[in-house]
Amino acid sequence: MKAFTYERANTPAAAVKALAARPDTKFIAGGTNLLDLMKLQIETPEHLVDINRLGLDKIEPTPEGGLRIGALVRNTDLAADSRIRRDYAVLSRALLSGASAQLRNKATTAGNLLQRTRCPYFYDTTKPCNKRDPGSGCAAIGGFTRNLAIMGTSEACIATHPSDMAVAMRVLDAVIETVAPDGTTRAIPIAEFHRLPGNTPHIETTLGPNEMITAVTLPPPLGGLHIYRKVRDRSSYAFAVVSVAAVMQKNGRNRFAFGGLAHKPWRVEEAEKKETAAAVAEAVLAGAHTTPQNAFKTLLITRVLTSIFAQAAA
Amino acid sequence: MPDEPAPSPTGGPPDDPLFFCDPTTRRVFLTRAAGASAAVTLGHGLFSGPDAQAAVQAEAGGGEAGGEEEVTLLINGRQTKLRLDPRVTLLDAMREHLQLTGSKKGCDHGQCGACTVLVEGRRINSCLSLAVMHDGDKITTIEGLGTPAAMHPMQAAFVKHDGFQCGYCTPGQICSAVGMLAEIKAGIPSHVSADLLGEMSASEEEIRERMSGNLCRCAAYSNIIAAVREVSGDKTGGEA
Ligand SMILES: Cc1cc2nc3c(=O)[nH]c(=O)nc-3n(C[C@H](O)[C@H](O)[C@H](O)COP(=O)(O)OP(=O)(O)OC[C@H]3O[C@@H](n4cnc5c(N)ncnc54)[C@H](O)[C@@H]3O)c2cc1C
Ligand code: SF4
Ligand code: FES
Ligand code: FES
Repeated sequence: MKAFTYERANTPAAAVKALAARPDTKFIAGGTNLLDLMKLQIETPEHLVDINRLGLDKIEPTPEGGLRIGALVRNTDLAADSRIRRDYAVLSRALLSGASAQLRNKATTAGNLLQRTRCPYFYDTTKPCNKRDPGSGCAAIGGFTRNLAIMGTSEACIATHPSDMAVAMRVLDAVIETVAPDGTTRAIPIAEFHRLPGNTPHIETTLGPNEMITAVTLPPPLGGLHIYRKVRDRSSYAFAVVSVAAVMQKNGRNRFAFGGLAHKPWRVEEAEKKETAAAVAEAVLAGAHTTPQNAFKTLLITRVLTSIFAQAAA
Repeated sequence: MPDEPAPSPTGGPPDDPLFFCDPTTRRVFLTRAAGASAAVTLGHGLFSGPDAQAAVQAEAGGGEAGGEEEVTLLINGRQTKLRLDPRVTLLDAMREHLQLTGSKKGCDHGQCGACTVLVEGRRINSCLSLAVMHDGDKITTIEGLGTPAAMHPMQAAFVKHDGFQCGYCTPGQICSAVGMLAEIKAGIPSHVSADLLGEMSASEEEIRERMSGNLCRCAAYSNIIAAVREVSGDKTGGEA
């Protein structure tokens, strides 16, 4: 790990001021992604601002009838909240399918949204990677692509976003609340939060360099049947190969979001009007860029959707 | 990676990361294990190389040190004040500064659970947390759960059921199991809980899922489950 200095912020305003005060500063929340990457010198901040004691760890009702989740709410606490379990079960299920209990006890809502890719070449500092080292090239293209993206890819990067939680938040149309050092706040719909790689895969979200996530709000409950289906290489403690978050309604107004397909949680709202699994899959996967190693993901998505439709009909 | 793998103290294969030597030569093992595990690549991301140098450097205060920070830890009922390089993880603070070597370093990347301790009653990976972030926190390690003369029921059950072979993962398994039973008691669901709102059980299926963050390279899993089920008192879901 490279040397860094450390400070603990006590209020959100002080935290964003500290972030803006010097270059190469990063927030540390649960630390489960940042410290992992710092040990590998993939992340090399010179200063860390600890935001664990800002009091942003509450889940509160909104006037609209939804919930406002503090940025520092731990993944365990979010999954276990009785309102989330009852009204947003897809989110509970997605969280519980991720990482391990120990990691979920530390991992935070904001940190989870901002976790970085698991592309093997991003982790391998001996290989070129436009995300880790802009302009150096992409070792994944033409390399081992089994776990990489098939939707929204670019010539510069074919990495996926690894979060399970974010996929459920996408299906629920969550909104990310932020604050900047001058006190300005923003509300960013999750659809606009994560970016596609384009020519700048190192810029992963629309969060400003000195902005802090303060909360994530969920709109009022949708009702319906909530399902999160994660397909992975072992049955626990593994990232998704593909995953589907679904909210199935009797009136056919279903919603689907997908993990393991793209640089962001993938959702094609037009496709949700289709009435069969095959038709939804076809519309969602239109324009897919597959390789012989990851083309199986298209069939896998169709099959997972088939099982979700069957479960909803049962 | 260390330049040269240290010679095996008991004649075992020098690059076998799972070769554990006797406790008096633990240092040799640690240096070697940290280097050797860099070669163990299981799938993408899992078991990628830990940075042994960084730990050593942080230890020595190497690099352009950003100065030390004062931190007060309440470990196993004892209050300790330390001045630490902010790079020092909770795991390294305990092992290298407080001689609490019960908690083990397996991967140093949140992938194995050997470093699991209880912070304010919750199980976490102490390798992925900075010591300075735990100022004032109450921490329980395997040493604080019980002593050989007065074992915690979970420690006694692991002995009774032979819940280990080499024992390297065991302190983490035991701390994790204690934290896990508290989570079940608090009604926290898991990935395999059929009903998110129902009562939580400690069935074998539940224990397997909830303990998946603790790997055992000796694969003592069935005996670990038997030990945990005995302490849980849960009789559902068939015999372990
Ligand atoms: C072995 C292992 C297995 C895993 N398996 C899974 C899995 O199956 N599914 C899954 O979804 N995830 C998995 N994860 C990833 C895990 O979910 C993330 O590491 C975690 O959610 C990150 O949250 P954190 O609070 O620890 O973030 P940190 O590491 O503290 O921070 C991550 C990033 O977010 C920034 N940040 C944090 N909070 C804020 C804020 N409020 N405002 C602005 N920036 C902020 C930090 O500066 C940093 O850049 C796994 C991780 C490990 C180590
Ligand atoms: S796919 Fe993206 S993250 Fe992976 S090597 Fe290429 S540029 Fe880097
Ligand atoms: S040492 Fe492996 S999880 Fe911490
Ligand atoms: S790793 Fe040897 S007993 Fe678990």
